[in-house]
Amino acid sequence: MSILIDKNTKVITQGITGATGLFHAQGARDYGTQMVGGVTPGKGGTKVDGFPIFNTVEDAVKETGATASVIYVPPIGSADAIMEAVDAGIELVICITEGVPVLDMVKVRKYMDGRNCRLIGPNCPGVITPGECKIGIMPGYIHKPGPVGVVSRSGTLTYEAVWQLTSRNIGQSTCVGIGGDPVNGTSHLDVLKMFETDPKTKAVIMIGEIGGNAEEEAAAYVRDHMTKPVAAFIAGATAPAGKRMGHAGAIISGGKGDAASKKAFLAECGISVADSPADMATALLKIWTP
Amino acid sequence: MNIHEYQAKAILRNFGVPVPDGHVVYNSNLARDWARRLGDGPWAVKAQIHAGGRGKGGGVKIAKTADEVRQYAKDMFGMTLITHQTGPEGKTVKRVLVENASNIADEFYISFLVDRATDRVTLMASAEGGMDIEEVAAKTPEKIFFEAVDPVVGLTAFQARKVAFKLGFAMPQVKQAVPLFLNLYKAFVEADCSLLEINPMILTAEGDLLCIDAKLNFDDNALFRHLRIRDLRDYDEEDPMEIEASQYDLSYIALDGNIGCMVNGAGLAMATMDIIKHTGGEPANFLDVGGGATIERVTEAFKIILSDDKVKGILVNIFGGIMKCDVIATGIIEAAKQVGVSIPLVVRLEGTNVEKGRQLLAESGLNIVSAEGMADAAEKIVKAVNG
Repeated sequence: MSILIDKNTKVITQGITGATGLFHAQGARDYGTQMVGGVTPGKGGTKVDGFPIFNTVEDAVKETGATASVIYVPPIGSADAIMEAVDAGIELVICITEGVPVLDMVKVRKYMDGRNCRLIGPNCPGVITPGECKIGIMPGYIHKPGPVGVVSRSGTLTYEAVWQLTSRNIGQSTCVGIGGDPVNGTSHLDVLKMFETDPKTKAVIMIGEIGGNAEEEAAAYVRDHMTKPVAAFIAGATAPAGKRMGHAGAIISGGKGDAASKKAFLAECGISVADSPADMATALLKIWTP
Repeated sequence: MNIHEYQAKAILRNFGVPVPDGHVVYNSNLARDWARRLGDGPWAVKAQIHAGGRGKGGGVKIAKTADEVRQYAKDMFGMTLITHQTGPEGKTVKRVLVENASNIADEFYISFLVDRATDRVTLMASAEGGMDIEEVAAKTPEKIFFEAVDPVVGLTAFQARKVAFKLGFAMPQVKQAVPLFLNLYKAFVEADCSLLEINPMILTAEGDLLCIDAKLNFDDNALFRHLRIRDLRDYDEEDPMEIEASQYDLSYIALDGNIGCMVNGAGLAMATMDIIKHTGGEPANFLDVGGGATIERVTEAFKIILSDDKVKGILVNIFGGIMKCDVIATGIIEAAKQVGVSIPLVVRLEGTNVEKGRQLLAESGLNIVSAEGMADAAEKIVKAVNG
């Protein structure tokens, strides 16, 4: 068991004939993921490096039985690509693309209401269940199968946390990068709920950022419902108010969403908060023994 | 992206939103002439900078005669306006808006923004207009009203009416408020705004609603479909180094410290600044070189970091995922040679081929200190800079 994806997950790539899409489709296949094909309108019926290409997601699903899709389509077409995947009955859509307009995502969220589909991202590194399935742009070799769930808005900072675990010989159940945009498909809270019910996950590292109140919402769930130990780090303690730090979501506005108040609230909720990003694994080991 | 008040008002006027007649000018004689053209006065003379709180710093004046308009404009041109939103260095006034002033009977706050909690565009309104809305939110949150908008049907008339009644309007004002709110929503969506703020919208002594201030921020990710809005970008309002960085797709923000940072990924970049501070140093900047840290981008990043005189040392923190560490190390060495880095340089590399990368750095003949892990890197650079 794990969350979202495992060795049986069949994945298609939307935007597979672009350089980025193909590169990461190959990387995922090398890792052992069942990459069963790709979608590029107008190139249906052809093959790229062994991947069968389809004109529509509907065709791809019919022919391959894929239940997951990963999107590398440029921002101008990302929202459409997500909705096409949702419409085709894909259960898990992972949108890697950075720079999707916020109002496009507002429409996508509305479109997904009542549908049986989970969206991860956009602007995210993807999801990996180490040793079984990698969907996204993360380097597979830094991961190791094991009991710790990792959820984060960031890419490289997640690798940092994973690496701290792996170098201590502690593996991960599933690592989920939910993305740095203000409107996205899946929140910290959604992922914590999945980790709580996943038997393989024994402990969790949650990596947050300044801006919004998604980390607080997740922390309240940890306090009220979660039985598994959670450690956390909040990036952006040194960020000045009103300045956007790369991620569109990482902005302190109206005196809300600063790192100090987030950290304090997380600690109140019983989360082991790392003051330094070098101590994410040690913060977890303070409250949990593998 | 931000634009000036006069530009925001021009956009809103096109959407049928009532705003005062006015004109932007670049010298004080034109200010006087435009005042005469606009009417008989009084007029509002408003400094155009990308920051709120202008009134308190002398950036907003009411003039009774056209000569007074000229004098106020003359005082404003070239002045450094410092408000709570400009930072301590303030901003120089280069444009002034002259417009017809109104008799204010009451003031209201109206804004639209994307609420992350509901994933919806939300109308936010308060009868406490003209005040700092953040203060209202902190002290009397019950005085702010919200209406979340369904993206399919848009803002509805009944929602606009609900808000208008909550603001205490009589029926004649409700009838004005409904199309006004609907048009503001239309402007927000069609221009891909991230924030549309009217503070204040006023009720005039004559009983009319009028938006006498306007602030529009745009979603940078959506600017590709708004070429005309992109043209409104005022580079004078931005940090020159941030502009330079954006030409190379580097995300850079200047800060006050003396340790320059170069990192891949926004989250790791923020965390790197945090650990410098945690170790007793002060970061000089936020800089995300992105996923593909090529020689060209690393070189430009070094140049930008070094153009800040305050920088006394540089910390490079790269988690090479897809990028191999030996390739990154080569890039850092080439860039450091080209740019001529003479201050302490600490490099922390992690990821694929890390041993090869470290070996390259060690054999480069350059004065590069290699670090293992973020904590070690932070300690080494803080020690090098602070002694």
